Amino acid sequence: MRYYAGLDVGSTYAKAALLTEAGELASVGIRPTGFRLEEATREALEDALGQARASTADLAYVASTGYGRSQISFRDVQATDLTAQSWGTRFFFPKTLTVLDVGGQTMKALRLDEAGQVRSFRLNDKCAAGTGAFLEKTARYLGYGIQEIGMLVEYAKAPVPISGVCAVFAESEVINHVSNGAHPADIMHGAMESLIERSVRLMKRVQMEPEFTLVGGIMRFPTMVRVMREQLGSGSNVPPEPLVQFTGAIGAAVLAKRRKEKLAA
Amino acid sequence: MAYAAGVDVGSTQTKAVVVDEGGQVAGRALLPTGANVVQAAELAFRESLRSGDIHEEDVGFVVGTGYGRYRVEFGNTQITEIVCHARGAARMFPRTETVLDMGGQDTKAIRIRPGGDVLDFCMNDKCAAGTGRFLESAAAALQLDLAELGPTALRGQRPVNISTTCTVFAESEVLSWLARGKKIEDILLGVHRSIASRSIALLRRVGIEGEVTFTGGVTRNDAMVAVLNEMLHRELNVSEESHYMGALGAALFALERIRRGREGTPDREVRT
Repeated sequence: MRYYAGLDVGSTYAKAALLTEAGELASVGIRPTGFRLEEATREALEDALGQARASTADLAYVASTGYGRSQISFRDVQATDLTAQSWGTRFFFPKTLTVLDVGGQTMKALRLDEAGQVRSFRLNDKCAAGTGAFLEKTARYLGYGIQEIGMLVEYAKAPVPISGVCAVFAESEVINHVSNGAHPADIMHGAMESLIERSVRLMKRVQMEPEFTLVGGIMRFPTMVRVMREQLGSGSNVPPEPLVQFTGAIGAAVLAKRRKEKLAA
Repeated sequence: MAYAAGVDVGSTQTKAVVVDEGGQVAGRALLPTGANVVQAAELAFRESLRSGDIHEEDVGFVVGTGYGRYRVEFGNTQITEIVCHARGAARMFPRTETVLDMGGQDTKAIRIRPGGDVLDFCMNDKCAAGTGRFLESAAAALQLDLAELGPTALRGQRPVNISTTCTVFAESEVLSWLARGKKIEDILLGVHRSIASRSIALLRRVGIEGEVTFTGGVTRNDAMVAVLNEMLHRELNVSEESHYMGALGAALFALERIRRGREGTPDREVRT
């Protein structure tokens, strides 16, 4: 059995996905990126290979994407985040026209045409206020870790408004709310709402149109997805948990397969 | 003997200055603001009185300034830090026409008339980039003390180019430069240059005229002063008092109130 591998080297996590020759998803792997990008990515790939009971010798083609894509020496080809994300999204939802991708350090809105080509996009990669780092910082000011964000926010009753202009300035805001007796869950919910407000603004700037698909690590939080869906109305797709984090890697694997098949033809 | 006092409650530090009837500094104090803002203001004020051996009942008027100015519960009135820094800078360096105030959470560029009246100002109130917080993040990432930042950066020869704007992302960029084998001093020099270039952009928006006086907590960082001098091609006015400039300005306003009170003239509204 031969496999196509897609590697998404993100700022927070390195993700790997394997596709079979028939184009079906075989397995995925994930590791924290840290500062040894290549090593983390190789480990994520080995995890995926292990699950598929395969070895590196079974890899037909390897494509990398994400901010660290060019640092992966064992890749055959690399693709930009935007291309990989559009293929990965359409792997699950072929009718997608607008993609929102919120990761650890980026927020992207993509507008696709019917054929899946990227028509326009907007990025927020200069400021932590529109990314997962904002939630992480807010959680940290409250004394919680990243892993606890999802659980914490489920206890929210009424979100406390958080301005969400700057992740650093959020600290004093959070401290004020805590000293006024606000519940950490409500503060966390407020931080998510401010992130969502930013997301919708970014999506409007690419002339969003349904179907919408929401991807990226932040969509692991059910509250985030629920409020996004309320804001966007019907027609918001979310890949099944835990694959919501893997669309970039899956898209890269789809590209690896297409590229290899083209070379063979 | 009558005294006047100014208390500048910043996001990071609280400063208090007491001046005598001639406007000369008679006492001063500096404390971390911490979580209890009201208490920090009170303690800094008491400490400034103690340092000058001054009795509280001899202080005729107290002005609160800084982001926590409304928490100076014993203050007689509040004046924004922009006006206070301008006044303090004009007193210390009478030819000042431009003020750069770099504090823990904000940076301000202020254009003033000789004497200290504010003509225009501009600040980064939406983003922590280009403020003391950027230095704090870098220090935390490198596990250095804030006081070590300047001396370390001054040893740098080949500054790295810090490409991130955001203070949050800067922390990971600093670590990634370290992982790529860059020297701490070169990374830190790069961090200082990045902050300096953001403040210079702020200064250009109000126009750089006359002498430029540097105020706020970051003035104590020699590397920041050196980098700003180099990039602006001029010598900034900096003194021991630069850190206390807002509190000094507030104290001078307080003194004015006492004098006006004696002359029986009505209060003029002080605003920015």
